[in-house]
This record gives sequence, C-alpha cells and structure tokens, in this order.
Amino acid sequence: MALIAKDIIETIQMIEKDNLDIRTTTMGISLFDCISHNPIITAEKIYDKVTKKAARLVKTAEEIGKEFGIPIINKRISVTPVAMLGSGADRDDYVEIAFALDRAAEETGVDFIGGYSALVQKGFTATDLEFLASIPQALAQTQKVCSSVNVGSSKAGINMDAVKWMGSIIKETAYLTKEKDSIGCAKFVVFANAVEDNPFMAGAFHGPGEPEAVINVGVSGPGVVKSALEKVEGMAMDVVAETIKRTAFKITRAGMLVGKEMSQRVGVPFGIMDLSLAPTPKVGDSVAEILEIMGLEKCGTHGTTAALALLNDAVKKGGIMASSHVGGLSGAFIPVSEDAGMIDAVISGALTFDKLEAMTSVCSVGIDMVAVSGDTSESTLSAIIADEAAIGVINNKTTAVRIIPAYGKKVGDIVNFGGLLGSAPVMAISEYSSEDFIARGGRIPAPVHSFKN
Amino acid sequence: MKAVITVVGKDKTGIIYHISKALYEHNVNIEDLTQTIMQENFTMLMLVNYEMMECSFDELKAALNVAGENLGLSVRLQREDIFDAMHKI
Repeated sequence: MALIAKDIIETIQMIEKDNLDIRTTTMGISLFDCISHNPIITAEKIYDKVTKKAARLVKTAEEIGKEFGIPIINKRISVTPVAMLGSGADRDDYVEIAFALDRAAEETGVDFIGGYSALVQKGFTATDLEFLASIPQALAQTQKVCSSVNVGSSKAGINMDAVKWMGSIIKETAYLTKEKDSIGCAKFVVFANAVEDNPFMAGAFHGPGEPEAVINVGVSGPGVVKSALEKVEGMAMDVVAETIKRTAFKITRAGMLVGKEMSQRVGVPFGIMDLSLAPTPKVGDSVAEILEIMGLEKCGTHGTTAALALLNDAVKKGGIMASSHVGGLSGAFIPVSEDAGMIDAVISGALTFDKLEAMTSVCSVGIDMVAVSGDTSESTLSAIIADEAAIGVINNKTTAVRIIPAYGKKVGDIVNFGGLLGSAPVMAISEYSSEDFIARGGRIPAPVHSFKN
Repeated sequence: MKAVITVVGKDKTGIIYHISKALYEHNVNIEDLTQTIMQENFTMLMLVNYEMMECSFDELKAALNVAGENLGLSVRLQREDIFDAMHKI
C-alpha cells in the first residue's frame, strides 16, 4: 500500500482519541466598499455583502470536514474594523451596524463575527470616539458580534487614554450583561500589536491591509501534543522540543489541506494558517496538561514559564515548515475558562494571576478569559491592560486582555459561560489601587528598540 | 480521486464481502487492501478510487456505515489527501 498502515492509524487516533480538529476557518471580508454617507445604508450594505460572500462558508466547511474525516469546529467571519466604516456615524448608528453584523452571522450560520473593532494605538479620530462609546451596547444587544480594540504597538507606544477608557467599557459591558454572568466581556478583547489576519475570536478582524476576502485557518490539537509527549517521558528537553515540532508539523499540514480546499471551493484566496494550540474545556484538550506532562506537578508552579516558552517556540518551528503562509497569533493559547487544566490549576491554588501574567510574556496572547471579582475598579482593569500592553510593546509580540469582572461574583465563585467559552473560577488580584497612575492618561512612548529604520 | 477506508473491530467472516459489495454497488474500485492486528483490534485498510462513483461522497459514507453497523465494526471513509498531507513531506 502506498500509504503506511501505521500512519493511517496514527491520524485516526489523533482525531478520535486526542481531539485533533481544525479549530476554525474564518473568512475575512473587506467592508470598505460598504461605506456610504448614511450609516443606516452602510449597515444594509454590510449585511448584503457579508451574507453574499459567506453564503456557502458553513456548508462547504461541513462537507470538507466529512470528506477528510476531520472536524472543523468553528466557522467564522471577520470584517474590516467597523470604526473605520462609520462616516458621520454616532454611537447609535454604530450599534445599528452591530445589529446588521449579528443578523448576517445568524443568516450565514457562523458561530461568531469579529471586527467590531478600532485601532487607536496612537490616538482617536472623531468617529473612533463615537465607536468606542457604542461598544457596551453593541455587545449587550447582539449574540454573535465580537469586538476588539488595539491600544498599543511597538511602533506607536501605548495610548493610555484608550487604556483608561477600556476599564470603563469592560465594567459597563459586565453590568449590561449581568444576567448572563457578564458574558459580554467574553466577546471583547483589548490588544497591543494586534494582527490583521487572526482567525480566532474574540480578536479576529480583517485588517485594512488585507485583500477583498480571504480564508484563514486556525488549527488546534493540544491533546495530540500531550499524547506525543507521553511517549518521551523522562527524556531531555531537546527530545521534548523535537517531538512537539514533529507533531505541530503534522497538525499544520492537515490545516493547510483544509484551508486550500476551502479557498478553492468558496472561490476566495487562502490567507494564512494560524499555528495555535487552542484548548477547549474538554479533558485531554488542554495546554495546561501539556505543561504538566513535561514534569510540572501543576500548571502555575515554578518552571511553568520555561515549559510554555519551549512549547510556544516548538509549535511555531514545526508549523512554519508545514505552511508557506503563517500568520495570526500562532503559538499556545492560555485562556483560563476554556482549558480544563488551567481551571483546575486555579482552583487548587497552583496558578495565580501574577504567574499567569508572567506566562503571557512567552505565549501567543495574554490574560485570556480570566474572571475577576465584580467589584474590581475600572482603573484596576485598565492597569491590568497597561501591564499586558507593556509586555507586548516591549517584546514585539501580540498581547491581549479578555477579562470578565463578573457582576456580583467574588473570589472563589465560579462563572459559567457555557459551550466553548467554558467556566472560570474568579481569581484574586491585587487589592492596592492604580487609580492615580491610570488617571494620568497620555501616551507611553514607543520603546527605543522599535526604531529600526 | 482516492480515499482510504478503515475498518476496525473484532474479526469475523464476511467483512470483505460486505464492504466490497457496498463499494461495487456504487461503482467504487478497490486498488489496494491490507489487514493487520493493531492494539488487539482487527484493522483492515482499503485504498479505493472513486472517480467513477455513482453517488455523492456522503451517500457512500452512509452505505459503508450501514455495512459497518451490520457487521458490528466501525468503518471510516476519508479522502487519501489527509494522510498524505500529514505523513509525507
């Protein structure tokens, strides 16, 4: 047989036992041609364009998943940052655009639509101000719309006025969605060095430098990596790195195949592969468990940052060889609520907020899906965002904050979002104030090593 | 257009008969076949060519599933490309 039986069985085991899947196929759609003098007409044009372009997205992904025998879990859409589309729009007009996006997501059958976003790393335009003010309402009144704001970059520094505002947006969103454990905050992410081609939610948007439409694919498979590492127990780190690389290569090749096939069938060019290890709340689909299999008693203990650094780097090295176009966030995700091992580590006290912050300096995103006490102040939320943005800006990497000050909840309570968003134990954070620091506003200048020209 | 059929379960009489009957009825050609015991399970792998197939991929999958259910075995049908992509450089 041209194919080796061992390889066939290995692939089937990866899919059936180790939860290998294609985590998301995301169609990026440019909406610049929907801008009109009247924001209501803009909203209509957006609905028409998104529903037309993505009409076959979900059906095609399901067909391909069946043919290859590999599940494609999420089908999503990302659009041009909406703040850029509202010529003359006020905050209510922007909420109308959010409704149009939500309806389009419903009509096309996708899980989420991302791109209710603004890029304000250096400052605000007049329409940005209206847009940002609309975010809490937009998140509270829609089901599938995801929002993000980029507040810093290695080239521009950190917009501390925006950072300050983010704290208040998060608190207001938490309040407006208080009946559902403040779930609105799970659909909102604050970035530094946001990427324009990220297929993962909540931070996906179709950057202004992107073409008319693209298909981006995010692979997954923490369970597959864990399973591979179980076979090299006790061996040196070199072997661990090599094993992860080999596994990442295979996972990525499966993703590439799906991406190319999707692109061909829906008639939209292939954009990038995002080589991310994205966990789900399912046992055996956890990034924390990979770190533990490397020899840590619990994720969060000393050595966790080093283990995560190795994992993140090896995933990239293996994946890069398997795909000619790598982009997005690419690395290991460490969302607390979406990872059974992380939840367990928090509950047992092994993983603290501060350790999590340290981990974000070597992983692909940041403080992700972390629930904190509902009475956390706006300025403390902003200060958490400032810290994360600083890690990203100084280290030339993407960082993000998706934090949920769950209304009425206290440290030790559990917040339940359901589905892929999982559930999160409310984590303890510092009780000391950052109020005066955040009140200063202004801009933190770009770091010296960003001047490379 | 090639696909791999994987049959896993307890060995018994008639496996090849039932699977190949379903393939014959849909005009799918068997190009290669191998059997082995893997982790105490009988495993049969078939490489088939479905260029001349007279139904959709989904319908073939359903027909093979019916054959599998009758035999008490699990039957999978997957396009060959997925294995090539993951295991060949």
